[in-house]
Amino acid sequence: MPTFVYMTRCDGCGYCVDICPSDIMHIDETTRRAYNIEPNMCWECYSCVKACPHHAIDVRGYADFAPLGHSVRVDRDEERGTIAWKIKFRDGREKNFLSPITTKPWGKHIPQLADVPAPDQSMRDSQLLFNEPKYIRMDEGDLHTLEAAGLKLKEGVYY
Amino acid sequence: MAYKTIVEDNIDILVCGAGLGGTGAAWEARFWGQDKKVVIAEKANIDRSGAVAQGLYAINCYMGTRWGENNPEDHVRYARIDLMGMVREDLLFDMARHVDSTVHQFEEWGLPLMRDPKTGAYQREGRWQIMIHGESYKPIVAEAAKKSADTIYNRICVTHLLMDESKENRVAGAVGFNVRTGNYHVFKSKTVIVAAGGASMIFKPRSVGEGAGRVWYAPWSSGSAYGLLINAGAKMTQMENRIVLARFKDGYGPVGAYFLHLKTRTQNCNGEEYESKWWPQLQEMVGKEYLDPEASHRTHRPIPTCLRNHAFLNEVNAGRGPIHMVTMEAFQDPHLEEVGWENFLGMTVGQAVLWAATDVDPKNENPELTTSEPYVMGSHATGCGAWCSGPEDVSPPEYFWGYNRMTSVEGLFGAGDAVGGTPHAFSSGSFTEGRLAAKAACKYIDDGKADGIRVSDSQINKRKEEIYKPLEHYKIYRNEVVAGSVNPNYINPRQGLDRLQKLMDEYCGGVTVSYMTNEKLLNIGLKKMHILEEDLDKLAAEDIHELLRAWELKHRVRTAESVFHHTLFRKETRWPGYYYRGDYMKLDDKNWHHLTVSRRDPKTGEYTMEKAPCYHLVDKDEAPAEPEKAEA
Ligand SMILES: Cc1cc2nc3c(=O)[nH]c(=O)nc-3n(C[C@H](O)[C@H](O)[C@H](O)COP(=O)(O)OP(=O)(O)OC[C@H]3O[C@@H](n4cnc5c(N)ncnc54)[C@H](O)[C@@H]3O)c2cc1C
Ligand code: SF4
Ligand code: SF4
Repeated sequence: MPTFVYMTRCDGCGYCVDICPSDIMHIDETTRRAYNIEPNMCWECYSCVKACPHHAIDVRGYADFAPLGHSVRVDRDEERGTIAWKIKFRDGREKNFLSPITTKPWGKHIPQLADVPAPDQSMRDSQLLFNEPKYIRMDEGDLHTLEAAGLKLKEGVYY
Repeated sequence: MAYKTIVEDNIDILVCGAGLGGTGAAWEARFWGQDKKVVIAEKANIDRSGAVAQGLYAINCYMGTRWGENNPEDHVRYARIDLMGMVREDLLFDMARHVDSTVHQFEEWGLPLMRDPKTGAYQREGRWQIMIHGESYKPIVAEAAKKSADTIYNRICVTHLLMDESKENRVAGAVGFNVRTGNYHVFKSKTVIVAAGGASMIFKPRSVGEGAGRVWYAPWSSGSAYGLLINAGAKMTQMENRIVLARFKDGYGPVGAYFLHLKTRTQNCNGEEYESKWWPQLQEMVGKEYLDPEASHRTHRPIPTCLRNHAFLNEVNAGRGPIHMVTMEAFQDPHLEEVGWENFLGMTVGQAVLWAATDVDPKNENPELTTSEPYVMGSHATGCGAWCSGPEDVSPPEYFWGYNRMTSVEGLFGAGDAVGGTPHAFSSGSFTEGRLAAKAACKYIDDGKADGIRVSDSQINKRKEEIYKPLEHYKIYRNEVVAGSVNPNYINPRQGLDRLQKLMDEYCGGVTVSYMTNEKLLNIGLKKMHILEEDLDKLAAEDIHELLRAWELKHRVRTAESVFHHTLFRKETRWPGYYYRGDYMKLDDKNWHHLTVSRRDPKTGEYTMEKAPCYHLVDKDEAPAEPEKAEA
């Protein structure tokens, strides 16, 4: 509705509460289980579904236009770097998909910019960003300028 | 009020909102300001916040100069024709010449980019789009931002910018509240980069029940980028240029990959091609400069997206709907079928949910398309947003005031949806803009431009009172009536949102009026907006979560008001298919080949409108090539 929580699987860990971009996964104070407090502000983004360690959250299509009896389940595995989807149609047909989510282990491959050599004044005065110009063409070529492209400013319509 | 006040002082760069623009800004800020204090204030959790929360299946802006594919000026031509001339070419050119370095970094960070097995180049979906397995796009860029920022405050809804009291029109930080603890947060900062995203749900969505949240742009895209900037007195541009998208019906699934990569096409209820039938009539409306089907066949020049919407709408109004996407041919190829489904699973899962629920298998049945309600945003295929300075080596004097991506308020920068006149930046371009803004913000500080900032306690306290007022209001009037949501003294945020959507829809050219408006309607709508604003003063929030909705509504209303003023000012129909001015149905280049610029006076609430010159950097000609459709 659109997300909902299977009571028996949820242990109230709060991962879904931590991640929902819409702030609508909350823990019910009496049952200590999670629930969606505002279904019509849910995007079916599956962020909470992917985050739940117990697969306790599921989605049902919006009542306005989606008949009952379908499901789209997901298993996101950070260690393996994959995501698996299982689509079940109302009429029982199934489709399965598997995709990579990253090509590198998490946490190690993005540099700390505080530790790289500081930019010198000529770089500061130029139009370059970090790792440029090299990272634009992956060679030593320079940044695109108007002059290099033989371009001049014009005002008005001419095309 | 029991909530604590938490002050973070001596910030150099405050990033408000960390979607694609904000993460780019935080990342790059550390390089140019290794000793600077960089802080993020984000309404959700940066690991899954913003328009890319679900992921994306394509990066829609990549030049590929490395593979000899495109140059920045080619991209300027493309975005310009798609927006019928109205773009900031300096900003576009600048973004385009840096965007490849952003994408190459993404790959190095582990984002799975698909490659063409024959050439080794990235797998193209279209001329500007490359295909990715992007389910974890957002967590990956969030990791980069986390490595660079000193502190990240998740769950802070930024409500206002703080203004310097020693120098007029200079920013001094921001304030907001924690949507979980309720605490009041004050960020005193030398510069602020606003990257709080575009606006969904200011127009009535097609669905009105539970599904009112299944919009195209995310329901949490509350137009805060605009609300914050307009309230601070920043000049805005192109706010009339709202976008309407052709999408799979009810699921809002993207059609770009279908057209471009799967080579699908659309047809009317009789199985006929219908678009070309509308071109002659439309050419009279917009002129040959903007609609030249022959030239489009010869070159890469796309037919503007809005014009293709126009054909769609007219065909449906002529009684030949629904429009179908012909998927049955492409989906016979198992590889393309997989691409078609994964396109949704990595980006708009709801579309897969809908097809599963309704037993639609596009292999056996051609699914329905429809046009969406309008959205206001500046990084996708439209260019709403702040009037920002360009880079010094490219921009003419009217477009340049010292610091790249700085708004007309000193020390206040924008990125992504916040920046006006830069359509077709998309995810990679928004991240790039964040990087550009961060470099410029560091320079601004190093030049001593932020010296002597003063913020009084009274400014801070006044904002605090304002922020929590909806909670107070609720407490005072709650018990006057027995129970329920009907109260003569207040409205709640949902009621306010419904009212805003209804009046935007009916008076400002939403779905139910076929995107049509005119001066009379706009003026009535504006009057109703003012009364809505009076009622917003009596908004009531039952708890902190509702307080979040209250402030989202206030930012949406401010955004909507600006859309009204801009639409009223531009007396022509520049983008038929996005909206129509019934009283000025024709595009009018003689009077309106200009960018629109507005400023709302923060003291009086009055708007001043002006025309700014629309400069072109790039000529029109391009080598003949395969025809191509624009991505929307
Ligand atoms: C369905 C969909 C499909 C798309 N497809 C593609 C595609 O295939 N390829 C592509 O390149 N691009 C695509 N885009 C576009 C891309 O997602 C956007 O261009 C990009 O995310 C814009 O970046 P941004 O930083 O301006 O906004 P966002 O990424 O939306 O970030 C805004 C951030 O601000 C935060 N925020 C909002 N208000 C506040 C506040 N008051 N206080 C604090 N924080 C706040 C939000 O939580 C969010 O984190 C798509 C977008 C959508 C919605
Ligand atoms: S699907 Fe997304 S918006 Fe809906 S509850 Fe889960 S995380 Fe929140
Ligand atoms: S993440 Fe799963 S188990 Fe944890 S609170 Fe949410 S629904 Fe319950």
